[in-house]
Amino acid sequence: METGTSRVKRGMAEMQKGGVIMDVMNAEQAKIAEAAGAVAVMALERVPSDIRAAGGVARMADPTIVEEVTKVVSIPVMAKARIGHYVEAKVLESMGVDYIDESEVLTPADEVFHLNKNEFTIPFVCGAKDLGEALRRIQEGASMIRTKGEPGTGNVVEAVRHLRLIHGQIRKVQNLSKDELFHEAKLLGVPYDLLLQVAEAGKLPVVNFAAGGVATPADAALMMHLGAEGVFVGSGIFKSDNPEKFARAIVEATTHYTDYRLITEVSKNLGTPMKGIDIKTLQGFDRMQDRSV
Amino acid sequence: MVKLRNGGKAGIVMKIGVLALQGAVVEHIRSLELAGAEAVAIKRVEELEGLDGLVVPGGESTTIGKLMRKYGFIEAIREFSAQGKAVFGTCAGLIVLASEIEGQDEAHLELMNMKVQRNAFGRQRESFETDLNVTGINEPIRAVFIRAPLIAEVGEGVEVISTYKDEIVAARQNHLLACSFHPELTDDYRLHAYFVDMAREAAAGRS
Repeated sequence: METGTSRVKRGMAEMQKGGVIMDVMNAEQAKIAEAAGAVAVMALERVPSDIRAAGGVARMADPTIVEEVTKVVSIPVMAKARIGHYVEAKVLESMGVDYIDESEVLTPADEVFHLNKNEFTIPFVCGAKDLGEALRRIQEGASMIRTKGEPGTGNVVEAVRHLRLIHGQIRKVQNLSKDELFHEAKLLGVPYDLLLQVAEAGKLPVVNFAAGGVATPADAALMMHLGAEGVFVGSGIFKSDNPEKFARAIVEATTHYTDYRLITEVSKNLGTPMKGIDIKTLQGFDRMQDRSV
Repeated sequence: MVKLRNGGKAGIVMKIGVLALQGAVVEHIRSLELAGAEAVAIKRVEELEGLDGLVVPGGESTTIGKLMRKYGFIEAIREFSAQGKAVFGTCAGLIVLASEIEGQDEAHLELMNMKVQRNAFGRQRESFETDLNVTGINEPIRAVFIRAPLIAEVGEGVEVISTYKDEIVAARQNHLLACSFHPELTDDYRLHAYFVDMAREAAAGRS
């Protein structure tokens, strides 16, 4: 009997496929998310749009919030640790969190080194903007990737950019010869063996969800159409007028992302989605996606 | 008559659906194809027509259960089973098949006469893989348990085909099969082949 094997950790993400993972800030929101059909909840102190508004340093949530959420739902509970913050991650692991997000949404604790996630029993999800970044995180032990997008903006453009880029890069390496692959691995800054796996399989070796700016059912369906295996919705749900209805609609649109009549129906009278931000207005440190490479 | 692709047992190729509302769908499709079946993803009830068997995959049982209700799959799969067609539930699928879920008032399909306990082995931290003996399969199989349920009690007509530390982790009731673990996460497709054989027996019984 073995725990924490790569198959057990990656397998957990396989079970989330086709689903929606929702950010929640308390027990009440967690119950709404579960009732709407979320496959997991991300327990947070503040959703990304509030983190943006508040400024300052964003850290791991108060353990009380994670505990309260864990108590009221039977679906998996995820929580965020700062990039490179070994102790926050160990605290979350000891609490029995099911998945840790080593996340650029929080202020990085280490601007150079990510965690060695291979040594943890519980699995990690990490953000990535391109294939090189995704494979570096996988090499460090990430069992799931989420394309970064730009969190807390309600603007899907960056999520689209990152997902398209990764899939374009995968198609490119599929057409490279072995000798070209050695060079490509050097250019991407990734191990050759991992890149070869991608070239042969035509996909990442772990599940890839989209994140960062998904604000409507149509946004979620768009990410599925572009090849995401599921979506994270952060601020989009609990910053909308009617979270319950919004959450249900996003779940349905994700499952039936090619059924445009169904998406039409679930999109009716949803009220106002979160306001959203034009990406061009974000500079420097406000661009969360640039906090890690 | 079409020959099996894997050069296995002769006979008609079974067409098996994999319920594709949420969860590990492509892995089951791949394993079923390795076992010589034709496999298709099923998203709406009309697509059950013409299938010889159905897999309810692993995923989140609350999500799958809600979507099944919403799209009319509860009645449709009960009817499918009533025709004697084979159904296989893995992990969340096992929960969906059970007649009773511990601590919950409402079950889902209520097809298999058993009581199940969700997340019975603990949280993800406690998830594991191990070698497991299964009645009807010669050598042990590698079984991956992820926040897995177990079968707390079985009723009449249910045969226990595998246990782990004295807990029931796989069972069969005529044309219905359920297991706590994920045979679709390994390259070993013998349990899928076992199910395809069940579908073939059931099809022979119907004709």
